[in-house]
Amino acid sequence: MASTAKAIEPIISAAWGKPQSWTLDSYRKRGGYEALKKALEMQPAAIIDEVKKSNLRGRGGAGFPTGLKWSFVPKDSPKPKYLAVNGDESEPGTFKDRYILEDDPHMMLEGIAIASYALGVHTCYVYLRGEFKFPAQRCQAAIDEAYKAGIFGKKLMGKDFELNVYLVRGAGAYICGEETALLESLEGKKGWPRLKPPFPAVVGLFGSPTVVNNVETLASVPAVFQQGAEAYAKLGTDKSGGTRLVCLSGSVNRPGVYEVSMFTTLSELIYDDKYGRGMPAGRKVKAVIPGGSSAPVLGADELDVAMEFEALKVKQTMAGSGGVIVMDDATCMVRSLWRVARFYAEESCGQCTPCREGTPWQTRLLRKIEEGRGEPGDVDMLSNVASSIAPYPPIGLGNTICALGDAAALPTHSFLMRFRDEFEAHIREKRCPFGDKPWGSFGDWS
Amino acid sequence: MAEPLFTPEEQKKFDAGIAEIISHYPPDRKSAGMLPALRLLQELKGWLPPEGLRLVAKHLEVTPERAMEVASFYVMYHLKKPGKYVIDVCTNLSCSLWGAEKMLAYLEEKLGLKAGEANEKFTLRETECLASCGTAPCLQINEDHHESLTKAKLDAILAKLS
Repeated sequence: MASTAKAIEPIISAAWGKPQSWTLDSYRKRGGYEALKKALEMQPAAIIDEVKKSNLRGRGGAGFPTGLKWSFVPKDSPKPKYLAVNGDESEPGTFKDRYILEDDPHMMLEGIAIASYALGVHTCYVYLRGEFKFPAQRCQAAIDEAYKAGIFGKKLMGKDFELNVYLVRGAGAYICGEETALLESLEGKKGWPRLKPPFPAVVGLFGSPTVVNNVETLASVPAVFQQGAEAYAKLGTDKSGGTRLVCLSGSVNRPGVYEVSMFTTLSELIYDDKYGRGMPAGRKVKAVIPGGSSAPVLGADELDVAMEFEALKVKQTMAGSGGVIVMDDATCMVRSLWRVARFYAEESCGQCTPCREGTPWQTRLLRKIEEGRGEPGDVDMLSNVASSIAPYPPIGLGNTICALGDAAALPTHSFLMRFRDEFEAHIREKRCPFGDKPWGSFGDWS
Repeated sequence: MAEPLFTPEEQKKFDAGIAEIISHYPPDRKSAGMLPALRLLQELKGWLPPEGLRLVAKHLEVTPERAMEVASFYVMYHLKKPGKYVIDVCTNLSCSLWGAEKMLAYLEEKLGLKAGEANEKFTLRETECLASCGTAPCLQINEDHHESLTKAKLDAILAKLS
């Protein structure tokens, strides 16, 4: 299909793949740290207002307005304030932050510097998932460069403002991407989410006011000051400014990370020449998860939807972390859901009973159905188990301390809503209708 | 007399590393250095021996139980000595759509191990998402990612592991 998708000028991914794009020298030649210079001439409150005007929304999953989040930090707190960068990218289907950390870490560091100055933060911790060895090396090298160049340290780019940035690697726990679990982990504990309120902006790291922002969110901040908030806001929709990164994976010819306009539709992402370039020969789309594995699945007839927060919400799903997973008509939906359910069962922290008990129960039922051992009533049982973790709809009102419970239940509800026949066929036929090829026959492993 | 935990060289690296880690946190929050300190210990010894956990706990001014609680929560810490090469195979949705389940079966046959088993040379594990969904299938060997794998590519990688 020839390209019809609206072209955009990439902001975050502009330098990816270019020689030495991760170095300070390269970043400066592209105008890097000029936004910080501009911000340092402004009052902190004006910086926060500018971010509010830009309509920048958090790119980690929840999509909360960034400027508003910053404004919740009390100005008169006697305690030190902290910034924690959430780089614990672990949700199946999501792999965008890795590219920022590997190819252009200074863009995020500049965002950190602007945020820290605006919030009165003197210590920032960049928390990366433990498996990110190479991204951590690139990021640490960039932090070292920033210290050497006098950007970080005792004087923030010459201004009388101390900023120290430390990198911390996790050790393999998806739950640490949840903001309060991340703070627990940063405090040297197991990643058990905290009850909210109080919210981290008031009681966060070490009991102090703390902002937790995703890697992509902070990497987007310099553009707000380079382009001006209004120009940045105009790139997006009324409620969501700028561009966004989406991660395309699964049954599609050209998987990858693409920077798109908020108006780009799922269909364009999958079929357009600029992005996915369509399905493998002879295949059709059967289902698409639009925002990481926790986002409710959509059917093939629901792809004409813009990949932005509000439009996807209307479809009772979410933009989430930007992870788009495509499944073709040779894919078994029971096996797909089993894989997703297994993830949440493995990653449940065990603190809340509905999640600790419910997620493995879902997994066992799905495995039983997939292996042809399902019995009448198992599908209803599966639905009941998911409902006891989090009812559906509405989204986000689960029975657990954090949203991992919602994340584990939403896929089950949505798969059953759209593909219930396939689950029942497994039980009726006492086998997987796809035989030993539930994933089709991709690549060398067929 | 029991053998010392560290060689003189390792001891030097441990002492310098712990001092650096502690310097990143407020003076009354030394325990926050737990994750990096456990990582340091594992880098030096290949796993977390009990006497090492006690040592980390002492430096961070917490109980050894607290160090064990944290170490046992995170999958990347080894409480038992693993094989020389720890292979983590992602079988989540995007990787499975590109053949990861079959890649795991191929590895199990080739190494003579089931997922979850280990011998002196290899520990084979089925793992969850490694953030390589666009370059599936993927696996990790001792923290190094290997992506867009084919049988030929995987065979070549394994052949280099002595």
